[in-house]
Amino acid sequence: MTSISTTEPGSRRQVLAEFWFYFRENRGAVIGLWVFAVLVLVALLAPLIAPHGPTTQYRDALLMPPVWQEGGSSSYLLGTDAIGRDILSRLIYGARYSLFIGLIVVTIALVGGIVIGLVAGFFGGWVDTVIMRVMDVILAFPSLLLALVLVAILGPGLTNAMIAIAIVLQPHFARLTRAAVLGEKNREYVMAARVAGAGKLRLMFRTILPNCLAPLIVQGTLSFSTAILDAAALGFLGMGAQPPTPEWGTMLAEAREFILRAWWVVTFPGLAILITVLSINLMGDGLRDALDPKMKRS
Amino acid sequence: MIKFLLGKLAWLIPTFLGITIVAFGFVRVLPGDPVLLMAGERGITPERYEQLMAQFGFDRPIWQQYLEFIGRLFQGDFGNSLVTKKPVLTEFLTLFPATVELGLCAIVIATLIGIPVGVLAAIKRGSWFDQATMTTALVGYSMPIFWWGLLLIILFSGILQWTPVSGRISLLYYFPNATGFMLFDSLMSGEKGAFRSAVSHLILPSVVLATIPLAVIARQTRSAMLEVLGEDYVRTARAKGLSRARVVGIHALRNAMIPVITTIGLQVGVLLAGAILTETIFSWPGIGKWMVDSISRRDYPVVQGGLLLIAGIVMIVNLLVDLMYGFINPRIRHS
Repeated sequence: MTSISTTEPGSRRQVLAEFWFYFRENRGAVIGLWVFAVLVLVALLAPLIAPHGPTTQYRDALLMPPVWQEGGSSSYLLGTDAIGRDILSRLIYGARYSLFIGLIVVTIALVGGIVIGLVAGFFGGWVDTVIMRVMDVILAFPSLLLALVLVAILGPGLTNAMIAIAIVLQPHFARLTRAAVLGEKNREYVMAARVAGAGKLRLMFRTILPNCLAPLIVQGTLSFSTAILDAAALGFLGMGAQPPTPEWGTMLAEAREFILRAWWVVTFPGLAILITVLSINLMGDGLRDALDPKMKRS
Repeated sequence: MIKFLLGKLAWLIPTFLGITIVAFGFVRVLPGDPVLLMAGERGITPERYEQLMAQFGFDRPIWQQYLEFIGRLFQGDFGNSLVTKKPVLTEFLTLFPATVELGLCAIVIATLIGIPVGVLAAIKRGSWFDQATMTTALVGYSMPIFWWGLLLIILFSGILQWTPVSGRISLLYYFPNATGFMLFDSLMSGEKGAFRSAVSHLILPSVVLATIPLAVIARQTRSAMLEVLGEDYVRTARAKGLSRARVVGIHALRNAMIPVITTIGLQVGVLLAGAILTETIFSWPGIGKWMVDSISRRDYPVVQGGLLLIAGIVMIVNLLVDLMYGFINPRIRHS
């Protein structure tokens, strides 16, 4: 087998076609993909489709119920919060935050984890031991607790919350990459590249890495949803995005005192989180089925 | 077996040292001077400042401070809370049973429902039951539990008025805190209605905390069962003419349980992270809420000590899971 970097474009298309074939088999995954695509569109077009500004306060419409309930108004479809902000508009803008958080966190964790894992797996010896010990230590803390403490050090806020979550999620990628590298490192194609005179960096990133990507992609999807959940949890605990940011977890924190009086201020932000995370997890399941050769019924 | 055990124990030491370095380093990397930080907004005189610097040893080299920190840990000295002035360890030990009670209830709920559901879903693969339960499991797995808790409060405490909103037991009852577990204490107190009150306080937080482990256990049980049901020895057992119940119950289930037990053990970290949110929502007086409160109050000795104790517990439980895994699966032990 040759590494992907030297295969012809035709066979890559074939790989994609095969992937799509297996992915499509999973009905849930396709639904998840569609929902996710809609969410991305909503996030991108937020200023165009949101009926109101995310932080505009309408003082004459405090805690107004959704349109279908008595007292609701068609200008605030999902009602308003305690200081008269339109919930639907805040949710629409909130999609931007959640998807952005997921994207950034996974990128940082993925890149960091891949580099660390490649170095550990490729060099082995004490480098490997030290790196993996450090990863074990990070994994020994419950993730949310460690993220909370990191945010306490860095200071509350969305950026710091994202950094903290990325640090907490990163060891999973490092471990996966290392395991994959150890499995691939002594295969013939790597030997061949080495004999042909490929440098260490080339061996790591061009020869070995493309062949370790499948589990990383699956883990990346799962981490995307974990990142969104954890960021919302931090926001809920007051350590993530700060008010008046329309981040869904922060919205829930602000809504907490009204739970027994105005169900809608609590229900909709959480539902938005659930739908987003669920769509990503559905896709993750489909990806795993499509990318894991053991699951393929050939 | 002993070699396996010793190997696992030896593995523990560097991880434990790493955890202490993280907890030790936590207070050092905080922005600002530690003594001024502890003094708070009132400020402090220069003499008192020097005195405190010497008292906490901040004027000595960092490695000496670290060694002293470790030395104090081994004497059970985790420092004192800045807010209550009580030893961190005492506070931890007072609050920990509440978290254990909540966590145990959650894991019992998750296991008792998750395993049978997973087994049934695997046996009836592709049926409506399989599809419905696995969809539900994925929803549970994707659940923001802090929101889920609020929804349950709206429904059961708000609309139906079945359960109280917060705390461990109604204020009407007072009895000695013998075991720290409210269920036992309330039963032993003999007060009428106390046990009932304790259960009604416990049920919602347990369900919330059980949600994600339940989903994980059900999914893991199903996939482990499916894998085992495809094995040759199961086919052989069936070909021998053994009954379906016997094949599933004895041949398949026993082998499928190995990864499931590991999964259950690994939920401890998930439970402790979940306890942070669950306890905050339900004002449950456990270590999760304690940590969140300490972080927002900037009570750094508590955060430091709590971090150490919690990570230590997770580490020990993971070790026990590892050992148990080696015990029930000889292939691991001998490899």
